[in-house]
Amino acid sequence: MTLTVTNLAITRGGVPVLEGINFALEPGKALILRGPNGIGKTTLLRTLAGLQPPLAGVIDGAEDTVAYAGHSDGLKPTLTVVENLRFWASVFGAADIQSALDAYGLNELADRQAGNLSAGQKRRLGLSRLLVTGRPIWMLDEPTVSLDRNAVAMFADAVRGHLGQGGSALIATHIDLGLDGEVLDVGPYKAKPKPIDDFDGGFL
Amino acid sequence: MIALLKRDLTLAFRAGGGFGLGLAFFLIVTVLVPFSVGPQSSLLSTIAPGVLWLGALLACLLSLDRLLALDWEDGSLDLLATAPLPLESVVTIKALAHWITTGLPLVLAAPVLGVLLNLPVPGFFWLVVSLALGTPALSVIGTFGAALTVGLKRGGLLLSLLVLPLYVPTLIFGAEVARRGATGMETATPLLMLAGITAATIALLPFASAAVLRVNLR
Repeated sequence: MTLTVTNLAITRGGVPVLEGINFALEPGKALILRGPNGIGKTTLLRTLAGLQPPLAGVIDGAEDTVAYAGHSDGLKPTLTVVENLRFWASVFGAADIQSALDAYGLNELADRQAGNLSAGQKRRLGLSRLLVTGRPIWMLDEPTVSLDRNAVAMFADAVRGHLGQGGSALIATHIDLGLDGEVLDVGPYKAKPKPIDDFDGGFL
Repeated sequence: MIALLKRDLTLAFRAGGGFGLGLAFFLIVTVLVPFSVGPQSSLLSTIAPGVLWLGALLACLLSLDRLLALDWEDGSLDLLATAPLPLESVVTIKALAHWITTGLPLVLAAPVLGVLLNLPVPGFFWLVVSLALGTPALSVIGTFGAALTVGLKRGGLLLSLLVLPLYVPTLIFGAEVARRGATGMETATPLLMLAGITAATIALLPFASAAVLRVNLR
């Protein structure tokens, strides 16, 4: 499933933040999004995941193919690790959660309540959710926040495994994950202020 | 969908999940009313259906602000919105879970608490029937209010203001069924109105809730 984005413009709170974005993400490829804080990487990922409508442009191939992981992990503190993961597995119609637990070393924590996990452990659980979605395109927003070096390596392995199976990933991150993916710096696509036209001039 | 219902019920019954909040409030209201209006049994019999219905309605209102807000805060609402479930079914399941944890206990507790208010004997049956028919509407309307105010800090006040007027028809016809039943009058007309309101809200409001939720998630 190729994700094609043509001439995309996105808004945050009604204000255009990025415009003129074009890329194609093919199966087996990763695309790393970079850019300074506040440039609109999160907004771009949310738009591509279908959580908000684009201002202009066409997104092709994102319908029901995207697994989105945002800043928060969507965990319930009073459910155990296994219960949290099993819930998402059944929402996405997957049966097997063991491989996801293995991939992020969560077996020892399986029966702990998610509320008692450390920040990094919570993140690992949040990322393991991606493995049970069965969706081909992963959209990850700062996935390595609060992960230690070991866990970052686990994450990179999981992404590599996903790419190896013909999946693709769009990752907004500031660190080098050692993935061979293209880098898209969104800085140059910052939306420019509209020039004042006659309509605006009427108010001045 | 079953998984979501199971998760919501599990969450409600776990520590801090808020199960029993509405029930405890209902209990407090009905226990305190005889103290505040005085112990004349004829007066209590007269007001019992109305007090029980009002208590149940306010008890339902109490837990509404947590209905979607918790899922919004921890990000699971975003994830549910990108999941294969349509948002319409998500809000329907949420309303169903709210009814099972709040409305259903009220229906079951109402006859017991009716004794405290000296509810006339023929009224017990009609009280339970009217609550069983009316409380689903309260949950569905409440879910709509919760969807409207999700993402607002301290949205509880706005939620109550938005939802209370929408609760009025259910309250009028529900309490009327119980009152007529208690005094041995014909109950068919208000009962049909109550059933109609519930059926209409269940049929239509999930679409409205899902639509406002999509806007609020942006």
